[in-house]
Amino acid sequence: MSTAVKLPARESAPHEMSDYDVERIRADFPILREKAHGHTLVYLDNAATSQKPKAVIDAIVGYYEHENANIHRGVHYLSERATEEFELARKSAQKFINAPRPSEIIFVRGATEAINLVAQTYGRTHVHAGDEVLITAMEHHSDIVPWQILCEQQGAKLKVAPINDRGELILAEFERLLTPRTKIVGVGHVSNALGTVNPVREIVTMAHARNIPVLVDGAQAAPHVAIDVQQLDCDFYAISGHKMYGPTGIGILYGKQALLEAMPPYQGGGDMISSVTFEKTSYNRVPHKFEAGTPDMAGAIGLRAAIEYLQKLGMNNIAAHEHQLLEYATRAVSAIPGVRIIGTARHKASVLSFVIEGVHPHDIGTILDQQGIAIRTGHHCAQPVMECFKIDATARASFGIYNTKEEIDALVRGIKKVQEVFA
Amino acid sequence: MPDLRDLYQEVILEHSKSPRNYRELKPADHKAEGYNPLCGDRFTIYLQMDGDSICDIGFQGSGCAISKASASMMTQALKGKTKEEAEKLFHRFHEVVTGKTESHGHEAELGKLAVFAGVSEFPLRVKCATLAWHTLEAAIEGKQEAVSTE
Ligand SMILES: Cc1ncc(COP(=O)(O)O)c(C=O)c1O
Repeated sequence: MSTAVKLPARESAPHEMSDYDVERIRADFPILREKAHGHTLVYLDNAATSQKPKAVIDAIVGYYEHENANIHRGVHYLSERATEEFELARKSAQKFINAPRPSEIIFVRGATEAINLVAQTYGRTHVHAGDEVLITAMEHHSDIVPWQILCEQQGAKLKVAPINDRGELILAEFERLLTPRTKIVGVGHVSNALGTVNPVREIVTMAHARNIPVLVDGAQAAPHVAIDVQQLDCDFYAISGHKMYGPTGIGILYGKQALLEAMPPYQGGGDMISSVTFEKTSYNRVPHKFEAGTPDMAGAIGLRAAIEYLQKLGMNNIAAHEHQLLEYATRAVSAIPGVRIIGTARHKASVLSFVIEGVHPHDIGTILDQQGIAIRTGHHCAQPVMECFKIDATARASFGIYNTKEEIDALVRGIKKVQEVFA
Repeated sequence: MPDLRDLYQEVILEHSKSPRNYRELKPADHKAEGYNPLCGDRFTIYLQMDGDSICDIGFQGSGCAISKASASMMTQALKGKTKEEAEKLFHRFHEVVTGKTESHGHEAELGKLAVFAGVSEFPLRVKCATLAWHTLEAAIEGKQEAVSTE
């Protein structure tokens, strides 16, 4: 055996882009070899859901072929193994967002369930008649509606901090809306409709100065930027696995231990209890208290594989690659006459929303689709954002780890084709 | 492979750019709003009826080329028609855009609306083509709630 030269770890060279081999990454994603309407698939709908690398698919298959059993309840070999794998997935999620303890990671269905969980547990115990919940004008419906439901149940008021015409949160207005009645803040880390990256650290500082906890909707941040919940100091953080190259049906809610312990359970059932009699039930420890019923075990294991895949590439390398793509795309698309970019925040991630003069986004979507280019059109579950910009809908291209400049060139050609059809 | 030109026929593009009967009727004795939450298309149809006959019809709103052209051409096709004739036409139109029958043989019945036959190659766009018609049905029936395609 020869002495192998130790190659530098990818993480150790965060901005060394020559290290980032996009073709090798593409080869890891079987679906990218699919054709769409006879064309090579150009998948630019990553903000809706990302594709899955072979490692994730294999992990799920491997789980069912070799490890499947119910967790936390069997004394047999397989159950022990499945439990171990599931808890390893939790540790992996903990490291991914730099949470202090694995018990602060609750497995949920996705960001939507994470936010509903917080609204119905922390929210129901802390938000009362006359109180306020503060969100921003760029939230996804899943960071609006759970709070609306809570406010209706409790007789509280939902307050909305405005954005400017670049699609940035107006921080001074946000701060002004933090009042003695504000009981919780919900804010997106990255906007799915505009791509805006919010200054979460500053928002948390402002809120904490008034003893108000902050939930961060990280559904669009997790696939693109390194997340450190201790550095952000947020109280809750919500993530969807399927948007970060993991499977559907699994997500993460991070919560600070002390808050989680004081919160009532969300759903009742198996696994979330320590003992049950008809007179009295005592609940299990955190995080199990919030994981009633058999969880998505294969999902958690698939998510772990996705996390490991991302860590191998290095989140900083990913962010650098996607930043280049976004800059390239922004320049190319905004140079086309008649095209307007919606969302021009100074700090953006991986989302390019645009409108074409005289063409409805739905028609843009169909014409691009005929060329094999998948984008999303519509209001992107953020109707209030559309209202801010006085539009009904946008076309949205969103980028991921496997996208290339050539694909953006294809998008630009596609947009020109749209304009030709509508000329 | 379906051809984009089958969907975006000249007539359709022309109507989407300059829709006919694009106005509110005042007063309108029938009125309904239609909404496609998937893409945000939203139209209001106004009707002036004389007994069973549509003596005037107008629409307003916003949406994609297909939904707007469909609304525009529908208003042209329906002026002076009776409720029954309108229903029959919608039935035929629906069959054509969903590809249930070939439009030939029925061209006379559909008239200019036959240009929407290309929609049948684009199943995701059927709702765009039929939104105005569903809204019209609601307006005739005098439904209060907004019609939704979902
Ligand atoms: C910003 C944001 N928050 C929350 C969600 C909801 O995620 P999920 O549907 O996976 O629960 C999404 C998904 O589109 C999103 O983009």
